[in-house]
Amino acid sequence: MKRSVQVVIVVGVLAAILYYRLATPRAWTEADIVLLESLSLASLGPLPTDPSNTVADDPHAAELGHALFFDARFSANGGISCATCHQPIRRFSDGLPRGQAIGTSKRNTPSIVGTAYSPWQYSDGRRDSLWSQALSPLEDPNEHGGNRQQVVALIMNDPDYRARYQQLFDWLPDLADTQSVNDAFANIGKALAAYERVLLPGTSRFDDYVAALVAGDTAKQAEFFSDDEVVGLQLFIGAANCTQCHNGPLLTNNEFHNTGVISLPGELPDKGRVVGVREVMANEFNCRGAYSDDTNGSCAELEFVRTGQELTGAFRTPSLRNLENTAPFMHQGQIATLAEVLEHYNTAPLAMIGHNEAKPLKLRNSDLRQLEAFLLTLAAPIDADPRWLQAPALPLAKEHDESQ
Amino acid sequence: MKICFRAVFILCCVLTGAVADDRDWVSQRGLFVVSYASELEPIQINTLHAWQLHLENAAGDAVLGAVIEVSGGMPVHNHGLPTQPRVTTELGGGDYRLDGLRFHMAGPWEITLIVTAGGSTDTVVIELNL
Repeated sequence: MKRSVQVVIVVGVLAAILYYRLATPRAWTEADIVLLESLSLASLGPLPTDPSNTVADDPHAAELGHALFFDARFSANGGISCATCHQPIRRFSDGLPRGQAIGTSKRNTPSIVGTAYSPWQYSDGRRDSLWSQALSPLEDPNEHGGNRQQVVALIMNDPDYRARYQQLFDWLPDLADTQSVNDAFANIGKALAAYERVLLPGTSRFDDYVAALVAGDTAKQAEFFSDDEVVGLQLFIGAANCTQCHNGPLLTNNEFHNTGVISLPGELPDKGRVVGVREVMANEFNCRGAYSDDTNGSCAELEFVRTGQELTGAFRTPSLRNLENTAPFMHQGQIATLAEVLEHYNTAPLAMIGHNEAKPLKLRNSDLRQLEAFLLTLAAPIDADPRWLQAPALPLAKEHDESQ
Repeated sequence: MKICFRAVFILCCVLTGAVADDRDWVSQRGLFVVSYASELEPIQINTLHAWQLHLENAAGDAVLGAVIEVSGGMPVHNHGLPTQPRVTTELGGGDYRLDGLRFHMAGPWEITLIVTAGGSTDTVVIELNL
């Protein structure tokens, strides 16, 4: 082999090694540490109150909501409960591209852990409270497939539910009166919301690392994070631009962005928030509606809600604290793995409709691997008493009936 | 007169807990001078809040009865505001309550105010970096 060819090969190999070698961490700056503290769970404030739901923080409402959440009788075929798609073992999602219940749901089943912090529910924000969201699947033909009359009748005809409902709301509905049924249906959503409000994200290895960083404890920093994870975090707050949307202690701004995610094969482009905002404004169970408990009528989110074509193809930023066990990702579960999500943002394709806000990152493959290594440090247990993460024990009356 | 309004404005800020931005923003044609104080100080991302605007004309007199259209966004990202803020109350003395503001990203933002008063219209662009 000619000497010049040998030199080219050696130089090429060295260049490849330099290009593909994993980056090593740089020193953190004061500004970095301030930003990291803002992302830590330690910065998460108390759960925001929900003036539209007077039982939002009532323990009895949470107990009732817990029972309703796991009860498959609230469906057209008696086989679908909220927990069919929102499975506790999968962080209250289902591992499918789109929810499978009576039929196929329109979108991917999101985790509900920590969503009580969001002013908007659903990936298009078509509901403005947990309780109004909870009502929607009960009447969706592809989900529970029931209707409010059936739901309220079941409450009235079940001695345990009836007693608990009466104790909580100090009133029983008249099944022959539409207004009364609507009031009771809204109350059922409010009890479900009270249950969902107890499901909060727990402390992750990332939060431990930030605490060690703030304390200046280098030994613990090394214990909590590898060099690759540190570099991944530095990319996360730097060149990867993740914190433009995944910011704050829940790693979401809860706003709506078009990031050029392509629809499932054969599906028309999903218009997302531009339709969701119209729906939430018209929804009878919104904050301004007759079933809201917000008597002073503040409803600031609706008051100052943004509308317009800029929201075409935009979807709500999900919390990265729910990455673990919630694949596939995106609003229709179009992207199967976290690595593919990162590749999507690395190339930032043109949007099918609207305008992709993201710009191509053009990171190296090794950068993406380190970024993924960091994202996996966000895994954490749900911060809730374990009893909330399974179906409640049957009430005594039912156990008695079943033993007959 | 200008000093008097300044004193009232600062007193209002102290009483309401708002903190004044120390800069005056002059409109494009020089017709108006705007300053603002945020009720949320320092301004944090992802939090709905209000500002108190103070409007003066070029002579330093408070501008009363102004109609103010509000828009804004992040030019570097080519997107607008996540909410539709608007002036909800004229407080008197050239002060106006601008409600419904929220910023959902760190970085450079612009708030554009189209001010119409006394038969004249001019545009003020307030820049802030979060």
